[in-house]
Amino acid sequence: MAYDTNYTGQKFKVVGTRPLRPDGVDKVTGRARYGADAFAPGQLVGLVLRSPYAHAKIKKIDISKAEKLPGVKAVITSADLPDLTNGDSGMYDILVNCMAREKAFYDGHAVAAVAAIDQTTAKKALKLIKVDYEVLPHVTDVDAAIKPGAPVLHANMFTDGVEPKPKKASNIAKRTEFGHGDVEQGFKEADVIVERSFKTEQTHQGYIEPHACLANVGPDGQGEMWVCTQGHFVYRNQCAQLLGIDAAKLRVTASEIGGGFGGKTHIWAEPLALALSRKANRPVKLVMTRDEVFKASGPTSSTSIDVKIGARRDGTITAAQATLRYQGGPFLGMWAELGAMTSYACYDLKNVKTVGYEVVVNRPKVAAYRAPSAPMAAFAVESVVDELAAKIGMDAVEFRIKNAAKEGTKSSYGPTYGPIGIGPTLEAAKNHPHMKAPLGKNQGRGMACGFWFNFGGQTCTSLNVTPDGSVTVSVGTIDVGGSRASMGLIAAEELGVPYEDVRCVVADTSSLGHNDMSDGSRVTFSSGMNTVIAARNAKKVLIQRAAKMWDIPEDAVTWEDGYAKPAGANAGNFPPLSLKEIAAAAANTGGPIAGHNEFVADGAGVSFATHICDVELDRETGATKVVRYTVIQDAGKAIHPSYVEGQYQGGAAQGIGWALNEEYIYGKNGQLQNAGFLDYRIPVCSDLPMIDTVILEIPNPNHPYGVRGVGETSIVPPLAAIANAVSNAAGVRMTHIPMSPPRILKALDEKAEKKAAKAKAA
Amino acid sequence: MAGVHVSTTVNGDAVDFVCEPGEPLLDVLRNRLGLTGAKEGCGTGDCGACSVIVDNELVCSCLVLGAEAEGRKIETVEGMADGDKLHPLQSKFIEHAALQCGICTPGFLIAARALLKKNKNPTEEEIRFGLAGNLCRCTGYDKIVRAVQAAAAEMRGA
Repeated sequence: MAYDTNYTGQKFKVVGTRPLRPDGVDKVTGRARYGADAFAPGQLVGLVLRSPYAHAKIKKIDISKAEKLPGVKAVITSADLPDLTNGDSGMYDILVNCMAREKAFYDGHAVAAVAAIDQTTAKKALKLIKVDYEVLPHVTDVDAAIKPGAPVLHANMFTDGVEPKPKKASNIAKRTEFGHGDVEQGFKEADVIVERSFKTEQTHQGYIEPHACLANVGPDGQGEMWVCTQGHFVYRNQCAQLLGIDAAKLRVTASEIGGGFGGKTHIWAEPLALALSRKANRPVKLVMTRDEVFKASGPTSSTSIDVKIGARRDGTITAAQATLRYQGGPFLGMWAELGAMTSYACYDLKNVKTVGYEVVVNRPKVAAYRAPSAPMAAFAVESVVDELAAKIGMDAVEFRIKNAAKEGTKSSYGPTYGPIGIGPTLEAAKNHPHMKAPLGKNQGRGMACGFWFNFGGQTCTSLNVTPDGSVTVSVGTIDVGGSRASMGLIAAEELGVPYEDVRCVVADTSSLGHNDMSDGSRVTFSSGMNTVIAARNAKKVLIQRAAKMWDIPEDAVTWEDGYAKPAGANAGNFPPLSLKEIAAAAANTGGPIAGHNEFVADGAGVSFATHICDVELDRETGATKVVRYTVIQDAGKAIHPSYVEGQYQGGAAQGIGWALNEEYIYGKNGQLQNAGFLDYRIPVCSDLPMIDTVILEIPNPNHPYGVRGVGETSIVPPLAAIANAVSNAAGVRMTHIPMSPPRILKALDEKAEKKAAKAKAA
Repeated sequence: MAGVHVSTTVNGDAVDFVCEPGEPLLDVLRNRLGLTGAKEGCGTGDCGACSVIVDNELVCSCLVLGAEAEGRKIETVEGMADGDKLHPLQSKFIEHAALQCGICTPGFLIAARALLKKNKNPTEEEIRFGLAGNLCRCTGYDKIVRAVQAAAAEMRGA
């Protein structure tokens, strides 16, 4: 059906209000069912055996003893997951990651799995599996991995994107380049140039719910899976392919999701649970431990980034370049590429060049983490931007305003921008009371900007009017943070019915067409736009039915505030028909009333944010506390402002943890040393201040309501904003994230030593 | 497997169960009694998602053995509402959008109720330290603290 998705500037009645979320009561009473909360008759417990080695050849796996243990119903290895990927190298990497084949590539890599009648038996069975490893040299650091002589993970990896093709295999999977103009010429025009190198350590999304699924495959080849996921259709497609099941015969139902932030966009142990269930002919429930989540799901990249920016004394940036090395775990990722694309997206640059190197190491396969790759690039770039502003004697905000991208700017990654929010967020920051508030002793202030693309993608949505006139909306996008409330608001707005009359559900994979994952901040943009279209399609049907009830032509009927009305005096004199009245008569006017739409949601609006942060430094311990934090971000349009604020606050909090404390720590043996919430410490309530938010609304011209997407951008500026604040408080430039107490103390000591040496020399 | 027979009270109801000697109370609640409101986020007492009350004491049920429940009074999130009337903390969490994914919510509600029993009018700092044993990764805690403040005010009749 034809539809128009352009922004029209319509006035809203319910969109923009803050009603209660439809799943609220379930979630405060313990009734909401998450991944591990499902049970099936006769279910078995699934457990996974994992490699303790960072890099090892698997010479032999003997499962005979485990299979003989009473109560064990199935044991699987890679032999039970034959390669059905048909030359699709991306899917083959997924297969290898789910279950190691010739080699184990990291501490925690799955090598076998069991299904048994209970946890105790399954644990005993794991101990009876004998794996014969040949331990190989390993490498976990991104810089060490590309040094000559580093252990090479894949003998067939020749850097992609380099001409001519390298003759020697290496751990550099791919090189990408973005930019325009002539940076060499640009640097010649600069009065001041700042050049620095930065490192960031690996962090985990840290969702509180470990991966969990309940898989059930019958001897008839049909299967079902209950799973916590950000994309049940993608899980279905990939699991079906790896297991050799027709996608239509694997029905996947998404549980409530206990956080994902990108980490539940990839399949991990789900194919193992399905393979175990198929072999045992019983349902298998497989729940990861926290230790497994850290070791064997998908944290974000650790990175090493060089940045060089030049500017004239008047504050104009003349050239900017960056070289970015991101590790993706043992497989080719797109992480450096995303870093290279986002590095300079905030700025209007004549000469810019970024080069990304995808590096493989012996760590878990990297997954998306909220605006994947952008926070690290922003940390490096925004640190240098701050330093450069200081060097030419300009205020950090004014310097950014002078160079900010605007409508018509050719972005550093290619496209030309439409109306965007970087300028407005900077102006709002400049005028925010936070910027002028006095600072206390040992305190420093920092600010930084961030960008994220946002995404649209494949979307399929159904809206059904029930016989009593209430409305159901079936979406195929997982609700990760209140989107069912937003869909309810949108359907209510379009149909003119109360919000309370609408119920939105996430349908299973057999009830709707394919939907892409809940990623790229796309849900309220794409499922929201599709709900608008589905509702408008339903309205057309409602108008047809009213016309039939009045026996007048369809074009003589109009829809207004939840009622069908005669379009004008000539149409006849009929009292308005409510949606409820039309719904009640549906059986006699043509049957059920519904609206539907499927499409690729194009036109996602790019999103920008500016964050301001005050920190207080304890010079004795090196500990840093964030004492004030403000998020200013363009939402396009905030459908449910409370949950938009929630996204701003949540992203900032994750960024604060990343900036100050969180990191994967590997031992010399390549084993992860801190795979638990005690030693990998995410921010707790007493670590944080209130997080103030400012929602700007610069409409996305490609969405009927102007929605851009809000979920990810909020994690982009914090690393840089906090680094700038800490650097200002400490009087020394911080270049390594996280800025944990030992790193801060080291920086302060080095500064003191330099000062002493200078005094001595004088 | 020699099971341990345990008689206890859960949310006011007399309950009997048999569990393994080393089985955590959390597993008993979830797998034997069907009370899945308490969640396992870590199994090591670091996240607080499994918070329950045992004899008026806030505990991580992953660190208590099921066998230790003998003769005790256990309260979980499932027993927090009074019939169809939500506890003020429950309603304020919904009103203030203090949950996004909701996996940590049962633990936060139990911990916040324990805090407000001890301290009817906590400061922001007291709330923040009182709830520091519970991890939330979605909200940044801002709206949780505000919801607890609002619930405390309502419970005081303020």
